Amino acid sequence: MSLSRREFLGVSGAAVAAATLAPGLRLIDLATARSPEEAVSTLQRWGLLIDTNQCGTGCSACVTACNDENGLTSHGRPESDAQWIRTVTLKDKETGYAQTLPMMCQHCEEPPCVDVCPTGASFKRDDGIVLVDKHICIGCRYCMMACPYKARSFVHEDLTDQKPYAPRGKGTVESCTLCVHRVDKGQIPACVEACTADGGKAMLFGDIKDPNSEISQRLKSQPSKQIRADLNLNTGVRYQGL
Amino acid sequence: MLNSNPMLHRTAWLVSVLAAGGLFAAAITGSAHADADHATKKISRVAQPTIIIEKEGECVEPEDVMKRDHMKFILHQRDKTVHQGVRTEKYSLKNCVNCHANSKTNSVLGKDGFCASCHSYAAVSIDCFSCHTATGEKTAANQDKATVDAKSPEQLGQMVTTVPAIKQAPASTGKAP
Repeated sequence: MSLSRREFLGVSGAAVAAATLAPGLRLIDLATARSPEEAVSTLQRWGLLIDTNQCGTGCSACVTACNDENGLTSHGRPESDAQWIRTVTLKDKETGYAQTLPMMCQHCEEPPCVDVCPTGASFKRDDGIVLVDKHICIGCRYCMMACPYKARSFVHEDLTDQKPYAPRGKGTVESCTLCVHRVDKGQIPACVEACTADGGKAMLFGDIKDPNSEISQRLKSQPSKQIRADLNLNTGVRYQGL
Repeated sequence: MLNSNPMLHRTAWLVSVLAAGGLFAAAITGSAHADADHATKKISRVAQPTIIIEKEGECVEPEDVMKRDHMKFILHQRDKTVHQGVRTEKYSLKNCVNCHANSKTNSVLGKDGFCASCHSYAAVSIDCFSCHTATGEKTAANQDKATVDAKSPEQLGQMVTTVPAIKQAPASTGKAP
């Protein structure tokens, strides 16, 4: 059976349409890092899996690494110092069992901070990283009140010597960026790197939309929890061992 | 007789009009020159901007374009970087700072700072550097560049231009970000 000219054109047209889909959208995502001029896409969603069983008591390697990486220096006033990641100790009052876990922006799929922001400064990037555009932030701090994880900080004082890749300034709200400047280069966040180097291996970073990534495999095969799962925020940071 | 040659009549009229126009223009430019001289004498209490360009080579766009539109480039790049993760170097503020930081202070601020000098002259306050660092990155590549580009003081002196060119540059069309 031979194709008529019309049938042939129809078939080849469909093939071309299927191959191109839309500009910037690929059926098979490349394994390589994104090029600098390419915009982030919704085909990826960055997430973290934290195994609290691996968190040593008193270990704060992730916190130190975060502070160093992003230039979070203390003014000696802990109440108002910025903190993007902190360690939280949970204690069972009945048994006395205590465990430590790192707590930071959970990079929700439905972030309450974005919902309440009056200026659009609080936003979710296409790859799931929740950020503050400090150019637009007016410092109203609604997002800080809306966040169930107490993950955001307000910069109260003038700053100097910021890192070139992590601009920060007085009068704006900030929080964990999942080290977006590193992720854009194809690296992992500073906290994860420090945790891995420390031998703790409590933190795993990866693309939770990629079914072949280690984080997806582990989320699929092992139990994990969202903190405040009742809020239906679908957090990008998941915990094990809670 | 006159009616027989209207062309001649018209030409004579045109010439007289042009001559009058020329005289008028000359008078105006003359007075403008006088005004300019007067102005330079009068504004001497405002420090003229010193633009020190230490690194050789072209900026990302021609000089006149940069003078007029640098803020537009930075603004556009800023939104693409923050919201879309586009981190091309060309129009990034980091690239500006790394290239234009003063070799002595490693900063674009301060008296002879590339950004501060001009902006204080133009009375335009920029708040880029309340959040962004004004100092160049000390990467290995940058330091190599700095040592290669370091000039003797005499050479540097030649490259320092006091800039009345600011007056000639057309007024900025864009609003400051």
